Amino acid sequence: MSVAVIVSPAIMVFLWMLSLSLKNEIDNLAYPPVFIPSPPTLSNFVQVFADNSMGLYFWNSVVVSGLGTLIALLVGIPAGYGIARAQAHKLTVMILIARMTPALSYLIPLFTVFQFFGLNNTLTALVIAHLVITVPIVVYIMAGYFETLPKELEEAALIDGGSVWTTFRYVALPLARPGIVVGTILSFIFSWNNFVFGAVLAGRATRTLPAAVYNVLTFEQLAWGPLAAAALVVTIPVLLLTIVIQKEIVVGLTAGGVKGA
Amino acid sequence: MSAVATARPGFLARRQRSYFLFIVPALLVVGAVIIFPWLFTLWMSAFDWKIGTTPHFVGLDNYAKLAANTRFHEAVGHTLYFTVLAVIFPLVLGTVAALIFHREFPFRGVLRSIFTMPMMATPVAVALVWTMMFHPQQGVLNYLLSLVGLPPSLWVYSPTLVIPSLVLVEIWHWTPLVMLIVLGGLAALPIEPYESARLDGASEWQLFRYITFPLVAPFIVVAAVIRTIDAIKAFDTIYVISQGGPGTASETINLYLYLQAFAFYNVGNASAVVVVFFALILALAMLLLYVRQRTKWT
Repeated sequence: MSVAVIVSPAIMVFLWMLSLSLKNEIDNLAYPPVFIPSPPTLSNFVQVFADNSMGLYFWNSVVVSGLGTLIALLVGIPAGYGIARAQAHKLTVMILIARMTPALSYLIPLFTVFQFFGLNNTLTALVIAHLVITVPIVVYIMAGYFETLPKELEEAALIDGGSVWTTFRYVALPLARPGIVVGTILSFIFSWNNFVFGAVLAGRATRTLPAAVYNVLTFEQLAWGPLAAAALVVTIPVLLLTIVIQKEIVVGLTAGGVKGA
Repeated sequence: MSAVATARPGFLARRQRSYFLFIVPALLVVGAVIIFPWLFTLWMSAFDWKIGTTPHFVGLDNYAKLAANTRFHEAVGHTLYFTVLAVIFPLVLGTVAALIFHREFPFRGVLRSIFTMPMMATPVAVALVWTMMFHPQQGVLNYLLSLVGLPPSLWVYSPTLVIPSLVLVEIWHWTPLVMLIVLGGLAALPIEPYESARLDGASEWQLFRYITFPLVAPFIVVAAVIRTIDAIKAFDTIYVISQGGPGTASETINLYLYLQAFAFYNVGNASAVVVVFFALILALAMLLLYVRQRTKWT
């Protein structure tokens, strides 16, 4: 009983989003509200993809979050390893501070610099800005994961004459795959959910999905069906990814705050 | 074997150096996109600078103006009001939810997954759905109120209700995170104190008050630190749902900052806001970390 009370608000909002997205506009504005779409229609989804270039924005988001995450993995996995093995824990304090800083405060200097280089409205600028989100989370997750790996195998490889690099590449890295999966997914989700960078740095054609859903749909029309459909298109990939890493999410969301709890 | 042993110290030093080389690429990126913006912000805050005009050095003038700016003062007030509500409610509800989910019942895993869904959902998408739910005429929330015999509310269209309404979204969004953190604490509880307390005839409430609560308190404090940092930085949902309105009734520091920077392109002034804002966040985080230290000893 008590479980039903606390779980229902969580699911209701999503069900209402789904309901709005599957109804025609007349039912969406009816009062009292129509809860079950009858018959359900996909026209709202067709409309946002056909008339509002939702496909392009979806692709922009995939490119920005994908490249942002890829670069973060390239620099973040070795960094996590270095921090774990050199016991450079002070560097993780950086993550805490980076997490405390509002995203908007990076945006003002980045916007000014991008303006100077003529990079505003480009996907390049967005990818660079998204590194603010992706790099700290990947470093944090990887440093934590490498800490948990036993050092004995690496010691053995080093004594057998392996260099630090080959030990990392052929011993530690393959073992770190679960950590890499979590780091990749969290980094992708955080980047995907970001709104302000896209809202400020992107132009009409380079907007990421959250920025596009807000700017395009709310300014060009106030129809609820397409808006709900677009909101669902943004959210579904995240919810699917969330299922994959259920248990580790809390580690990512509390990054920098939980150590020593 | 002895050769390895004698070579060891130099070995270790060289290895230590190689490990630092691993960190260098990330440090370069962090330096460019995180450290540099911090320093640049500090520098910009000393200039009268609108984008497209020539910056003039004004020293601490931007800060002096902020100190005298009533709109900024109100924004600080709104931020603190929003933050206090958006920390306390999720903490209480999240702790209750954690106690509920700590027990065994059918479909616990599935129900927990559903309960934690809001946490990862894209804030803008969530905010748009809540905007539709808050609508005074066609919104589903007023319909639900009418079902239980309550009068309709203006929700985010009312200057006095806008912040509590926005907090409602925040509660929905972030209570699951508090629940998960506290649940982690509950999972680590020892069984022995409960057994002996039960033998001594302690009630369920006494068990919670004198055993569970003190033991999970450090986790609740961690949740409080994270919740405070996130609530004070809240932007997406407020921007999408109320744009700081009606009027400036829900204009938080972040919203004020956004307007200064990206509506008026007043980057000098906005940078000063960032510096003050950051100091405020830092102070609150320090305060909570201090509380956390204290709770560890008791």
